[in-house]
Amino acid sequence: MFELSPQDWTAVQLSLRVAAVSTVVALPFGIAIATLLARKEFWGKALLDAMVLLPLVLPPVVTGYLLLIVFGRRAPVGAFLADHFGIVFSFRWTGAALACGIMAFPLMVRAIRLSIEAIDTRLEDAAATLGANRVWRFATITLPLALPGIIAGAILAFTRALGEFGATITFVSNIPGETQTISAAIYTLTQVPSGDADALKLVIVSVIISLVALIAAEWLARRATARIHGA
Amino acid sequence: MLVVETAKQLGAFAVNVSFISESGATVLFGQSGAGKTSVINMIAGLLTPDRGRIVLDDDVLFDSKARVDVPPSRRRIGYVFQEGRLFPHFSVQRNLDYGRWMSGHAFDPAAFRHAVELLDIGHLLDRRPGKLSGGERQRVAVGRALLMRPRLLLLDEPLASLDAARKREILPYLERLRDEAHVPLIYVSHDAAEVRRIATRVVRLEAGVVTETGGVELLDATHADMLA
Repeated sequence: MFELSPQDWTAVQLSLRVAAVSTVVALPFGIAIATLLARKEFWGKALLDAMVLLPLVLPPVVTGYLLLIVFGRRAPVGAFLADHFGIVFSFRWTGAALACGIMAFPLMVRAIRLSIEAIDTRLEDAAATLGANRVWRFATITLPLALPGIIAGAILAFTRALGEFGATITFVSNIPGETQTISAAIYTLTQVPSGDADALKLVIVSVIISLVALIAAEWLARRATARIHGA
Repeated sequence: MLVVETAKQLGAFAVNVSFISESGATVLFGQSGAGKTSVINMIAGLLTPDRGRIVLDDDVLFDSKARVDVPPSRRRIGYVFQEGRLFPHFSVQRNLDYGRWMSGHAFDPAAFRHAVELLDIGHLLDRRPGKLSGGERQRVAVGRALLMRPRLLLLDEPLASLDAARKREILPYLERLRDEAHVPLIYVSHDAAEVRRIATRVVRLEAGVVTETGGVELLDATHADMLA
């Protein structure tokens, strides 16, 4: 029978929760940075562009280590957040969410940025002549027209977050129930001779979740595109 | 009354214009590349002049010396673009209502109905811009600009993208617009035949400068050397 042990089931739930939280929290930042990069010229733009891209090209373990020395319990930002806001990343699922968010961020920004760059700015000019200031133009013209890209970016980030391994395990280790996501659980199981069957079950679950996410993404993006083009 | 005295360097081309426009339909007439679109973009606030003044009804919209530059969203100048530029993700109704929505004023059913009847677009309200013909799109574009209650209406060769039959079909609507909408028009065109029926005043633009201003007779005199 296809049954998951409590520990494996916990890993699945944790992965879903971590991926969802990291995507939802990253989205406003992703939209903001994507809009900035798509529309504005400013000193240091190339630097920002490179920094956003960095998690995509750095070895994940390196990113995890960098997170450790910045957001760890005794590190500058980590200590500040813990002392003043009670937010702790070390060895907590919040740390896993941070690692996933950072690793998925470049993909999200790229998808959203392309989508915003594709919007005809002449439509925004027309909106301006009709009395829409910058904020209203963004809310009523730019965002709705960029929606397919935003959805694509969010789903991409979600699936990337689901699969995150290297940065997570380096930053917050591999604690069942707290930071042991699906990937980490599968890895742990494959290190043990008797773990193969359970590992396979988790692999199947992982594939199913990814397929469902991709199909949902495709469907949502199609609907958004159809609505934009007047279907 | 609109007072325009502006100069702008656009690459190798310089625009330097000075003219006044009062009620009725002022036609900015000239060949392609004469700078007509640049001039109305400056009036609308979509293009910033290098220097000069733009004053509408004693309201200073732009003054380079006084460092005044009112953003387009606050100028209350309607603009009908050559390509229409209707918002593809909104229905015709929501496109028409966009200006009113942005202004915060209450919906005015009488004004809405008047504009819709004037332009004969009542049967298109639930459609999306993607499903409209060229002529229908331009009429909706005019309606959208009209319904924002502009102090001035700019039209940039609104018939240029249409074939002769569509042009003939829409011209009467534009004449009605001039006569019944109670808003001054500035109409950009290179086609003398097209604007002869609409113009109450003509400002001739050549290579970025105003060469003549006058009445409709300007169009007759120059029609010979202007291939429509």
